[in-house]
Amino acid sequence: MSERPLSPHLQIYRLPLTAVLSITHRITGVLLSVGLVFWAVCLMAVAEGEAQFAWIQAVLRSLPGQLLLWAWLFSLFFHFSHGVRHLIWDTGHGFDRDTLDRYAYLELVAAVLLTLGLFLLT
Amino acid sequence: MGLFSLPKNSTVKPGKVYSAPEGATNVRRFEIYRYDPESGENPRLDVFEVDLDRCGPMVLDAIIKVKNEIDSTLAFRRSCREGVCGSCAMNIDGHNTLACTMAIADCREVIRIYPLPHQPVIKDLVPDQTHFFAQYASIRPWIQTQTPPPADRERLQSKEERNRLTGYYECILCACCSTACPSYWWNSERYLGPAVLLQAYRWIVDSRDENTGERLDELEDPFKLYRCHTIMNCTHVCPKNLNPAKAIAEIKKLLIERQR
Repeated sequence: MSERPLSPHLQIYRLPLTAVLSITHRITGVLLSVGLVFWAVCLMAVAEGEAQFAWIQAVLRSLPGQLLLWAWLFSLFFHFSHGVRHLIWDTGHGFDRDTLDRYAYLELVAAVLLTLGLFLLT
Repeated sequence: MGLFSLPKNSTVKPGKVYSAPEGATNVRRFEIYRYDPESGENPRLDVFEVDLDRCGPMVLDAIIKVKNEIDSTLAFRRSCREGVCGSCAMNIDGHNTLACTMAIADCREVIRIYPLPHQPVIKDLVPDQTHFFAQYASIRPWIQTQTPPPADRERLQSKEERNRLTGYYECILCACCSTACPSYWWNSERYLGPAVLLQAYRWIVDSRDENTGERLDELEDPFKLYRCHTIMNCTHVCPKNLNPAKAIAEIKKLLIERQR
């Protein structure tokens, strides 16, 4: 008899919204870390002098630069919102099955609103 | 990444097609995972067209009909057919649930049925649950006491103490929750998984059990307990409407509180 096969998992599972947000939390966490390296480069450029500063400014003001910047900021706010939800979970609240999706939408809306709010402020 | 894909011997190939009988008008397409350990071939997905006019309302009814009338070699576990025994847990339409309490009418058009995810398959829809039940045994799921029982009666509980078990004692160990958990998929060697942790909590909160401290000591481990990342698939699928994620959160809280 040959070795037993492993039954399909990710390939066939329909992940519920909470699971999708959970993996998104992890992905945005990685994006935030990578972005921090870029912020460090920016700060170094500012310290280097005018030419480097102008270069960084041009990168940030270009369309791809703006897209990346706002994607990073959205990641920040989403990571923050889901982080708050984790804090609430840690107190033993927010586990009711019927409310799972409602809170999931709430944190998505919060992340979008925070990003929009910042966009309007700047 | 081996973690996310299936090993070579486990990829699912297209299988046989069993068309509906002549004259059937209410036909539903079931695609069922098949694995024959004696053939040495890869698992396959067989297609069974079932006449719903001659079939009971639940997915289990359809599976039994397939075995009785179309292909008697189909292997699956089932017993009570009313959501009490937990035998017929499987992945139906993308979620883990009990075939006996899942209505065909509540599934999408094509009903795909797989064994519980990320388990070694013995045959067709029958996974090997040796490891799962060994983990269950590891939490010593029985009352442990230091004091002798009262001479003239049982160890009594107040109503309030008894109520603390509600929502936990009803678990039938069908393994729907554990095998729905991505964390359990990747770490089942060391992570106990939602079902076993819910059971652990059931004994921790039992007022008659006197080994609470030792039970908590056992669980205070980066893998056994803390691989839970609150993904919530467990609570989402429990066919008994229990809340393993909540039980795990309560264990984490007890571990913090006892440090004070």
